[in-house]
Order: sequence, then C-alpha cells, then structure tokens
Amino acid sequence: MIVEIGHYALVLALFVALVQGSLPLAGAQTGNTAWMALARPAAIAQFALVAIAFLALVHAYVTSDFSVVNVVRNSHSAKPLLYKISGAWGNHEGSMLLWVLMLAAYGLMVALFGRNLPAGLRARVLAIQALIAVGFLLFLLFTSNPFARAFPAPADGNDLNPLLQDPGLAFHPPFLYLGYVGFSMAFAFAVAALISGRVDPAWARWVRPWTLLAWCALTVGIVLGSWWAYYELGWGGWWFWDPVENASLMPWIAGTALLHSAIVVEKRDALKSWTILLAILAFALSLIGTFLVRSGVLTSVHAFATDPARGLFILFLLVIIIGGALVLYAWRAPALKQGGLFAPVSREGGLVLNNLLLTAGLATVFLGTLYPLLLDAVGGGKISVGAPFFNATFVPLMVPMVAAMGVGPLLAWKRGDLAGALGRLKFAFAATVLVALAVWYVESDGPVLAVLGIGLAAWLFFATLAELAGRIKLFAAPAAESWRRARGLPRATYGMTLAHAGLALVIAGMTGSAWYSENVLTMRVGDTARIAGFELTLETVDETPGPNYDAERARFRARRGGQEVAVLEPERRFYPVQGMPTTEAAIRTTWRADLYAVIGEGDGQGAWTVRLYHNPLVAWMWFGATVMVLGGLVSLSDRRLRVGAPARRRRRPAPAAKAES
Amino acid sequence: MRLRFLLPALLFAAVAVAFAVGLGLDPRRVPSPLIDKPAPGFALAPLLDDRPGLATADLRGQVALVNVFASWCIPCRAEHPLLMRLAETEGVTVFGINYKDKPEDARAWLAELGNPYRRIGIDRDGKAGIDWGVYGVPESFVVDAQGRIRFKWVGPMAPHILEEKILPILREVAG
Repeated sequence: MIVEIGHYALVLALFVALVQGSLPLAGAQTGNTAWMALARPAAIAQFALVAIAFLALVHAYVTSDFSVVNVVRNSHSAKPLLYKISGAWGNHEGSMLLWVLMLAAYGLMVALFGRNLPAGLRARVLAIQALIAVGFLLFLLFTSNPFARAFPAPADGNDLNPLLQDPGLAFHPPFLYLGYVGFSMAFAFAVAALISGRVDPAWARWVRPWTLLAWCALTVGIVLGSWWAYYELGWGGWWFWDPVENASLMPWIAGTALLHSAIVVEKRDALKSWTILLAILAFALSLIGTFLVRSGVLTSVHAFATDPARGLFILFLLVIIIGGALVLYAWRAPALKQGGLFAPVSREGGLVLNNLLLTAGLATVFLGTLYPLLLDAVGGGKISVGAPFFNATFVPLMVPMVAAMGVGPLLAWKRGDLAGALGRLKFAFAATVLVALAVWYVESDGPVLAVLGIGLAAWLFFATLAELAGRIKLFAAPAAESWRRARGLPRATYGMTLAHAGLALVIAGMTGSAWYSENVLTMRVGDTARIAGFELTLETVDETPGPNYDAERARFRARRGGQEVAVLEPERRFYPVQGMPTTEAAIRTTWRADLYAVIGEGDGQGAWTVRLYHNPLVAWMWFGATVMVLGGLVSLSDRRLRVGAPARRRRRPAPAAKAES
Repeated sequence: MRLRFLLPALLFAAVAVAFAVGLGLDPRRVPSPLIDKPAPGFALAPLLDDRPGLATADLRGQVALVNVFASWCIPCRAEHPLLMRLAETEGVTVFGINYKDKPEDARAWLAELGNPYRRIGIDRDGKAGIDWGVYGVPESFVVDAQGRIRFKWVGPMAPHILEEKILPILREVAG
C-alpha cells in the first residue's frame, strides 16, 4: 500500500511540476501576478510529493519488502540497517529518485528563502527548475520506476553490491547529487536572466550562494568517493582518472570557475555573458555526468547500472535542456550590456586568468574522458585514455593557476600593482624556498617534481596567510588594531582564505603520496615484513563471520625501531549472496603518513598474499578538503550572501515594490 | 545573433551526436577479427591427468565454449559457478585454456572450486592466447561444430549475460 502511495505521489508530482513549469513562466512574460504567485505553493507541493515517494521507497527497503523489484535486486534481509537505507539510492532507480528529490528540495529553498527575489525572477527560476523536474519525473515513471512490483515475491533479495556496502559510499551519492543538482539553481538563474535580458550585480549576488552550496556539497561528494576508493579498493590509490570520477570533477571545475567569475559580475558588473555560459556549462556537465554514469556509453569500474534505452532518454533530456539553454544563449547573450573595464593586471584580470586556466583544464579532462567515445563513434577503433594523459595535460595547467592564486587576491580591482603585490609576498616566498629546501634535504632520493609540488603548496599556503595578515596589518599595527580589523573582515574573506589554504594542504597531500612505498609478498603467521622503517609481524589470521558476509581477519603488529606503534587488522570479506570478495584495508593514519595493509587470498596452506603501503601525507588531502568545504560554508554564512539580505536593504525605502511580490 | 555566441551550441550539438552514436556501440564488445573464422592452430598440453589437453582438431565435431582462465584472476573466480552450471545443468561442452598460470596453482584452484572443463590446455607463456586475440582473462569463445569461432565475450560472464547472450548463441550455433 505504502509503495502504491509512493508511486501515486510521483505521478502527482509530475502534474504539479507541469503546472509549476508553465503558468509562472507565462505569467512572468505577460505580467500576470496570479500566475507568477503559483510558483511558490507549487514548489512546496512538489517537494512534499517527491519526499513522500522517496520515504515510501526507503520504507520498502527498511522493512525488506521483497514484493518490490528494486528491493529484491538491491537488498537482503540480513543487511545492516545503514545499508538497507543507503541501498535505496545505491541503484539506478533509487538514485534517480534521490536526484529528483534534491531538485525539489532546492525549489523548496527558493520558495521559502527567496521571498525577496524580484517576483518575475523567482517565478522564472522556479518554473525552469520545474521543467527540469518534468523531464526527470517522466524518465523515472516511464523507464526507471522504482516502485515496480515483483510477482511472485521472492523469499529474499539479491543484496547490494558489496563494494557499495560502506559508510563512505552510503553518503557519497547524496552529497554528489546535492552538488550536481545544486548547479541547476545557477542554471535556472542564468536562463531566467537570458529570458529577461537582465544581468546585474544583484543577480550575481543571488546566484553565488546557490553555487557555493552546490560547490561545497560536490566537494564533499568527490572527496568521499576518493576516500572510499583509497581504503576500499585496496590499491592505496585515491584518484584513477576513471571516466566516472572525471564526470564528477568536470562540474566541480566549472563550478569553481563560476564562483570566481560571479565575483567579477557582482563587484565590477563585467564578464556577464561568460558567467551565464559557465552557469549553463556547470549544470550541463552535471547532466552529462549523470548521462555517462547511467547510460553505459563509457566503460568504467563504476558502471553498475547501464542500459542504452535509458541512455537514449537521458540524452534526449540533455539535448532539450542544454541545447535549449545554449540556443537561448546564442540568441540573447549578444544583447547583454558589458560593464566595467579593467587592466590585465588587476583583481579582475587575476580572476579571468583563473577562469582561463580552469576552463582549459576542464577542456583537457573533457577531451580525455570522451576521446575514446568520439574515436569509436567515427569508427576509429577502441582506445583508452589513462592517467599519463591527464598528468601530462591537466597538471601543467594547474601549476600556473596555483602559482597565480597566491598573487591574485593581493591585486586591487580595476588596476593592480604586480610589483607591489609580489613585494608583500617576500616573506611567503622565503618561507616557500625554506620548505622546498627542507623537503629536498629530507627526501633527496624522491622525485624532483614532488619537491616542486610541495613548494607550490607551500607558496599557496604562505601567500594566502600573507594576504590575510596584510589585511589585518598583523605586526604592522598594534595587536589591538589587528584584532579589530580581523573582527571587521567579512566572512567571505575568511572563506576565501580557508578555501585557498585548504587547497594548499590538498596539493601537499597529493604530492606527498608520490613518495609512497609498497611491498607485496606472501606471508605466513609469524613472518615479519618491512616497509619504510616499519616492521609488521603477521600474528594471526582468523575467520570472523559478519552479518551478511564471511571474513578472514589478519592481525599485524607494527613496530618501528622495536617500539610497537599499531595493530592493523585488515579483512578479506566474502559476500555469499553476490558471490563477491572485497578487501577491507587496515590503515594507521598519522599526520606524516598512512601505513596501509591489505590481506589477499590465502593459498590454503597457511600463506597469504599481503600488500603493504606507506603513503606519506595522505591525511593532509582529506583534512585540506575539509578545510576547503569549511571555507565555502563560512563564505556562505556571510551576511551579504544570505539570500534576500541585500534585497531587503534595497527595498526598504520603496514599500511600493511589496505589491509586486 | 553573433557567431561566437552560437559556438557553444554548435560544440554541444557535435558532442550530442557523438553520444547518440556512442549509445549504439557496446563498449564491452571488442571486435574480434576472428569471428566466423576457423580457430587458430594450436596444441596445448593437458593440465590434469584425467583430462586431455586442447588442440585445434579437438574443436571440431561439437559446439563448445572455450574459456580462457587463470587461478590468479579474481573475476574468473566470480565467473566459475556459471561455468559449472553450463557444464553440469545446461549440458554445454566447456573447454579451458589455462592462461599464464602455474599448473600447480591451477590444479589447486580446480580442486577447490570444481572442474567444469572437459579438456584443459596449459598456455604457460600465453602464445596460444596471442593467436586467440586474448587481452585479458577471463574471455570466452563460442566455437561451432566446424571449429569456427562464432562469438567472443570479454570479461566475466554474469547470470544475465549467460541467459541473454551466451545460451541463445549456443542454441543458435547448435542449430
């Protein structure tokens, strides 16, 4: 019964979305306020209906209702509760339902918090969101119904792919989708601006919080995925340039570029049509990401639910949504008035450089990801593009970008003083050289490029701190004066400092893992292996049954210089329902390095294959990413960006405007 | 409408066309030049005492599934129950090529998991694998009664692959 209610709610949501997508849009064109006003209640109703559908699916999973095909295929009664719940979105149908739920949630937020948006803009934004929802609801109902019944109902389910039964991955899709779908807001604002022909600083101020929120969520999603790959796949690597990873990286790069170009629109009323294009691009890449994962056009370790018929439907949606927006752009963007002029060396110039390099980087990732497909489409044969391509193209583009990131924030708007900015960075430069020399001294055998990477990270870190120190006149003014200035700085400034410093830590972590060492060997109980100054003794290997798997758990005692430092207990699990083994690495994390142990298959005669890794600085990457997200959230809490705050100030002297909303 | 504003739409149109073409292609299917050609000439020594080895001549006279496997290959382990099912309940003749493996490891593997293969040849250095166009294990070939390769599947078979692809093709080839 609950399942039918969910299905019915989804159908109702489709009709509500049809109303929400048509009348308010027509109302905004013709000035019909009653039609425009429909958008808000419709958005609230749509969220309620999709939420009912989603909860109905989660309920079916939690109660292991095996009369639902989706539950049979992806769940099992013996599965832990967390994975029963996450199983609801660990499959194609459920994840698309989650996608639509997120879309409706953003619509709800605009309806609730967007009271101070101009009525026309709000009606258009909600209508465009609803039109996207119509497409995806049709997709769900016609090709991917999560509520289809199984008859006769089997006694138990097929279980979720064991690799996905993991806390990191349980929360990876919701965050990823929160990010992907969040860019639909920037997209809806961009399309609304194209329709109305108005892009001004106020518009940029409304777009930025949504983009920031999406960016934060996408960052968390990508990092969770990377972290999962690091500890679950058992190879000690954290990024594989896999097509599906790239599919999430591309919207992230576009979103990062958008965040920065929107600043120029807000402060200087310039780069308008470019910002609009980036907003379309960020969401387009999110949709393409969904398409790549769901259609099976690219082979990937992630492509666990692929179906060409569904792919065709998503492609159709893609063409209508993105193609439509880009045609609208071609038609309307030339009419946008350009604003302030600026010299090449200026804050705007720095942000343009950031955009150029990010977009070039985006283009290389896009090309590398899709080249195999494009070549195959023209009959050029099957190839694959791997890490060497990306290391040779993407990384060199990011090096000047990070170098410039240190300087850009110190330049003034309109016309900057490069020599002066560099002069204020002399201490940062000296600190960078010291760090690079120290690293080179300690790790003189390591790769030279890695020393450069650490140097780059140090440069960004110290330059970012120097910029903040300069703002509050640290050491240049009395401490009380600095403290007063520090408290007076807007939160957005701290957000930038945190995000840039966080990226510096991430780069250090990425670079540090280049000094990894590995040791793959066969061990018997009692054997001792050495890696990077540690001695690991295999003490026992026990059988330990889990709730829905059998496991072999090894116990390593790790010593350094005779001193015991850790006990590592990696597992090798076998999930009988799916007939699949998984490895559970044991990792000892310190700020210096991860000690990482994986146990492989036994030979049945008391010996096991064991893989040991020593990965320096990996923890910096996770910590740095957390700092970046924190920066985004701090910036989001800035009063200036709180949705409606600027509008309230502007509107106060003109109460007549109230009648319009 | 200025041309440079139209550029993003045009680029997207090109990408969309590539996607549309790409949907029709199966990324898993690597075209084999050997399809509908006679199996390559090879002769491999037996792995087990009670099962003969495998050579080109053995492929004539019956429809068979030739499976390339190795004990070090984890997907092979995942695929193994399906091969057992093919051999035991579906009555399919399954031949094995033990690819770049230590014979003692392969024997232990079959002793542990069961032996679906009627004949097994040892391809220690992978030379026969090169002639068959093998680039990864497991791979499976459907060979008809005239000894011609009719179908190739790369990677482990899954239950639905077996139902939807392998079994229908085996039936079709058997005529």
